[in-house]
Amino acid sequence: MKKEIKKRLPMPHQPAEERVENFLEVALGYNEEQALEEASRCLQCKQQPCVKGCPVGIDIPGFIKMVSEGHFAEAASLVKSANSLPAICGRVCPQEEQCEQVCVMNKLGEPIAIGRLERFVADFEASHGNGSAPSEIRPRHPELHEYAVAVVGSGPAGLTVAGELAKMGYSVTIFEALHKPGGVLRYGIPEFRLPRDILDREIDYVRSLGVQALNNVIIGKTITIDQLLQNGFEAVFVGSGAGAPSMMNIPGENLNGVLSANEFLTRVNLMKANRFPEYATPVRIPNKAAVIGAGNVAMDAARTSLRIGAREVSIVYRRSRTEMPARAEEIENAIEEGVRLHLLTNPTRFIGNEKGWLTAMECIRMELGEPDSSGRRRPVPIKGSEFMMEVDSAIVAIGQAPNPLIRMSTPGLQTESWGGIIVDAATGATSVPGVFSGGDAVTGAATVITAMGAGKTAALGIDAFIRRKHGLPMG
Amino acid sequence: MEDQKVFAPASDNDGPEHLCRGSKLFGPDALCNKVLRKEKLAETVTLLEIQAPLIAAASRAGQFVVVRPNERAERIPLTISDADKQNGTITVIFQEVGRTTKELGLIDEGDCVPDVAGPLGTPSEIENFGTVACVGGGVGIAFLRPIVAALKDAGNNVITILGARDKSLLILEDEMRRVSDELLITTDNGSYGVKGFVTDALRGILDSGRPVSAVFAIGPMPMMRAISDLTRPYKVKTIVSLDPIMIDGTGMCGGCRVTVGGVTRFTCVDGPDFDAHQVDWDELKNRKLAYYEEERLAMERAAEVAK
Ligand SMILES: Cc1cc2nc3c(=O)[nH]c(=O)nc-3n(C[C@H](O)[C@H](O)[C@H](O)COP(=O)(O)OP(=O)(O)OC[C@H]3O[C@@H](n4cnc5c(N)ncnc54)[C@H](O)[C@@H]3O)c2cc1C
Ligand SMILES: Cc1cc2nc3c(=O)[nH]c(=O)nc-3n(C[C@H](O)[C@H](O)[C@H](O)COP(=O)(O)OP(=O)(O)OC[C@H]3O[C@@H](n4cnc5c(N)ncnc54)[C@H](O)[C@@H]3O)c2cc1C
Ligand code: SF4
Ligand code: SF4
Ligand code: FES
Repeated sequence: MKKEIKKRLPMPHQPAEERVENFLEVALGYNEEQALEEASRCLQCKQQPCVKGCPVGIDIPGFIKMVSEGHFAEAASLVKSANSLPAICGRVCPQEEQCEQVCVMNKLGEPIAIGRLERFVADFEASHGNGSAPSEIRPRHPELHEYAVAVVGSGPAGLTVAGELAKMGYSVTIFEALHKPGGVLRYGIPEFRLPRDILDREIDYVRSLGVQALNNVIIGKTITIDQLLQNGFEAVFVGSGAGAPSMMNIPGENLNGVLSANEFLTRVNLMKANRFPEYATPVRIPNKAAVIGAGNVAMDAARTSLRIGAREVSIVYRRSRTEMPARAEEIENAIEEGVRLHLLTNPTRFIGNEKGWLTAMECIRMELGEPDSSGRRRPVPIKGSEFMMEVDSAIVAIGQAPNPLIRMSTPGLQTESWGGIIVDAATGATSVPGVFSGGDAVTGAATVITAMGAGKTAALGIDAFIRRKHGLPMG
Repeated sequence: MEDQKVFAPASDNDGPEHLCRGSKLFGPDALCNKVLRKEKLAETVTLLEIQAPLIAAASRAGQFVVVRPNERAERIPLTISDADKQNGTITVIFQEVGRTTKELGLIDEGDCVPDVAGPLGTPSEIENFGTVACVGGGVGIAFLRPIVAALKDAGNNVITILGARDKSLLILEDEMRRVSDELLITTDNGSYGVKGFVTDALRGILDSGRPVSAVFAIGPMPMMRAISDLTRPYKVKTIVSLDPIMIDGTGMCGGCRVTVGGVTRFTCVDGPDFDAHQVDWDELKNRKLAYYEEERLAMERAAEVAK
C-alpha cells in the first residue's frame, strides 16, 4: 500500500472580516506542535534541491531536522548563520518561486512550508531570549576593525552587507536618507504583513553586531561617495534601492486623489497617517479606490486602503490573473478581504472636478496578444472598449526605478539606460574602484531575499577588495 | 567600541539624545542638530540657527532641508536661509502656519531638532546675468537671501524688492540691504516704504527701461503668480521657487509633482526653482489644498493638546 502523503499544515490566519479593521499581523504563525508536525514531513533529501532555491543558501534540511527534534534555538542559530533577517524572510519571501518551488515534496503533493518554519524558529528565538546573545558574537577577525566601510541605505541589501562585514570584524556605518532605518521594509511593506517590532528587532540585531546606523544622511547630497572614500572609508556599498515611483504619464495624473503607491504607503507606514491626528501626517480616506498594478506593492496599497476605511477597493491590471506578479498568498489574502479584481483593464485618463479632485477614471479593456520579450503575453487594447470607472482615489503601483541622486553625484559610475547600477555579478563591484552595489539599486524592483543575496556577495567582494588593497591574507 | 551603538533602537521613542553622540568619523556633533540661536523675527516668524556641519558644508543657494520637530510630526521642507560653512551651522526661517511649524517653534535654544536632512533640491542657477531683480514677499524674503548673495557674488547688479503686508512683518531688511545694490520696500498698507505691492515696484523698474535680464521671485504663491503674469509680456526670464506639499524630499514619493512646460517634474529633485512662465499655477494651487481639511483638524488637535 502506498504511504499516505501528508498535506502541509495550513497557517492560522486572523479572520478576514476582523483583520480589515486593524493593522495587526494577518498570518499568525505556527505554534510548537504545528512546527514539529510540519518539520516531520521533510524527507531530508541528499540532493538538497531546496538549498539551491534559496538565494542566501540556508541549510534548509539541517534546520528543519533540528525543528523536528525540538531543538528550536539551535535551528534559529543555524538559519541565522546564513540569513541575518530570518523573521522577515520567513514572512515576505516569495517562497513558492524559490525554496519551496524546488522542494521535492512539490511533486508529491505540497512542498514543505519552509518559510513558515523559518519564521517559526526566528520568532521562537526572539520570544525565548537567548539564541545568539549579541555579546557572544565575536568578530571573526578583530584586526579588521581598523578598516571602515560605508553602507548607503538601510534596506535589506544594506543591512545584510553591514551585518556580514561586522561579523568579519570591519567597522561599518550605515547612512540612511530617511529618519528611520529599514528601507522598503519600513516605508513600503505594511505592518499587517511585517509587524514593526519584528523589523526593529532585526535591525537591533544588526546594530548589536557593532554596526553604526545614521539616519538623515542623504549620500550624494549631504555627503558624496567620493567624500566618503576620502574620509577614511575603505569601501562604499550602495544599497539605495529602487525608490523612484514610475507614473502612468496619462492625462489628469496630477489631480488630487491620484498618488503613487510609494506616497500612499509612506504616509501610512512611515508617517503613521492611519493614526492621524495623533500623528500629524494626513492621508485622504478613499471612498472608492482603484489601485493600478498587480504586484506586491499594489496588493499592499489595496489592503491598506481597506484598513484605513475605504468602502470599495479594486485592483486594475492590464493582464490576466495568471500574470499577476504578487505573491500568491497575498493575492488570496487580498481577495478574501474584499479587494475586487478588474483584470485586462488599463486606465487611459483621470477625470477631475473643478477643484482638481479625481472623480473618475477612463479605462480601456485589453486582450492578450503574442508573448513579449519577458515571455509574458502582451496586453493589447481593444479598440472602442473604453468605459468609465467612478473613483475618488487612484493609487499608481506600476513600478519603481532607482533614485537618480547617487548616479548624478558619482562621476564614473556606470549605469543601465533605465538607471540600474552596473556591477560585476561575482563581487558586486561597480565601475568605480572601492564602490560596490546590490539589491534593487542594481536589479530594479525585485525581492527582499535577492537584495540580501546580493548583499552577501558584495560583503565577500568588499572583504577581498580591502584585503588585497592592504596586502592582508585572504580570509 | 563604546560609541558604536549610536542609535537607540528604532522605535517611537527615538529621541534626540541618541543623535547627539554622532559618529567618530564626522566629529561628535555632526548629526546633533543643536539649536544655537533662536530669534523671533516677527509675530509668527522664527529663526533657528542649527548646528549641522555636513549640511552647511554642502549647501548652495536655493536648497532646502527636511525637518521633523518630534516623533509624531510631519516631515516639512524649509529653505536654508543661510549656511555658515566655517562654524558649521545652517539657518532656517519659518512662519508658524500650522501644526508642524508651530511645534518647531517650541524647540528651545540648546535643544536638538530630532531630524534635519539635506541639503535637498537643485541649487539655483546662478550666473552673471547683468542686472537682476529679486523679489521677496513675506517669509519668502528668507529664502531669497542666499540667492541674492550668490547673484551679487557672481557679479550681478542686484535690485531687491521686498514686500510685506505691514511693517511689523518685514524681515531681514538690513541683511538684504547689505547684499543688494538697490533695495525697494513695499507694504500693502503703506506703513513702511512705498504703499502697494511688489508687482507695482517691479513694473516701475521694467517700465523705466533698465536692462533687467532676469527676475527671481519668492513668496506666497499668489505673489509669484502675479510676478509671472507681469514679466511675461516683457519676455524677462523669471525664476520662482515652488512650494508644493512634500514628504521625503528625495524623489521617493512623487507627492511634490508639478507641471512645468507640460511635463511632470518632482519639485524636490528637479526644483524647487522653475521657469515661472511654464508653471501650471492652477494645478499647483489645487494640489497645495489637497489636505486643507486635515491640516485644519491637525491644528485643532494641536491646540487641544496644548491645553
Ligand atoms: C510595497 C512593497 C511591498 C513589497 N513586498 C515584497 C514581498 O512581499 N516580498 C519580497 O521579497 N519583496 C517585496 N518587495 C520588494 C522588496 O521590498 C525590495 O526588493 C527590497 O526591499 C530591496 O531592498 P534594497 O535594500 O535593495 O532597497 P530598499 O529596501 O529600497 O532600501 C533602500 C534604502 O536606501 C535609502 N536610500 C536611497 N537613496 C539613498 C541615498 N542617496 N542616501 C542614503 N540612503 C538612501 C532609502 O531611503 C531606503 O531606505 C516589496 C516592495 C514594496 C515597495
Ligand atoms: C522647498 C520648500 C521650501 C520651503 N521653505 C520654507 C521656509 O523656509 N520657511 C517657511 O516658513 N516655509 C517654507 N516652506 C513651506 C513650509 O514647508 C510649510 O509652511 C509647512 O510645511 C507647513 O506645515 P504646517 O504643519 O505648519 O502647516 P499645515 O497646516 O500643514 O499647512 C499650512 C500650509 O503649508 C502647506 N504644507 C503643508 N504641509 C506641507 C508639506 N509637507 N510640505 C510643503 N508644504 C506643506 C500647505 O499647503 C498649507 O498651505 C517651504 C516649502 C517648500 C516646498
Ligand atoms: S530565505 Fe526565503 S528563499 Fe531562503 S529559505 Fe527562507 S523563505 Fe526560502
Ligand atoms: S527539498 Fe523539501 S523535502 Fe527535501 S530536504 Fe528540502 S525541504 Fe526537505
Ligand atoms: S517630496 Fe517625495 S518626491 Fe518630492
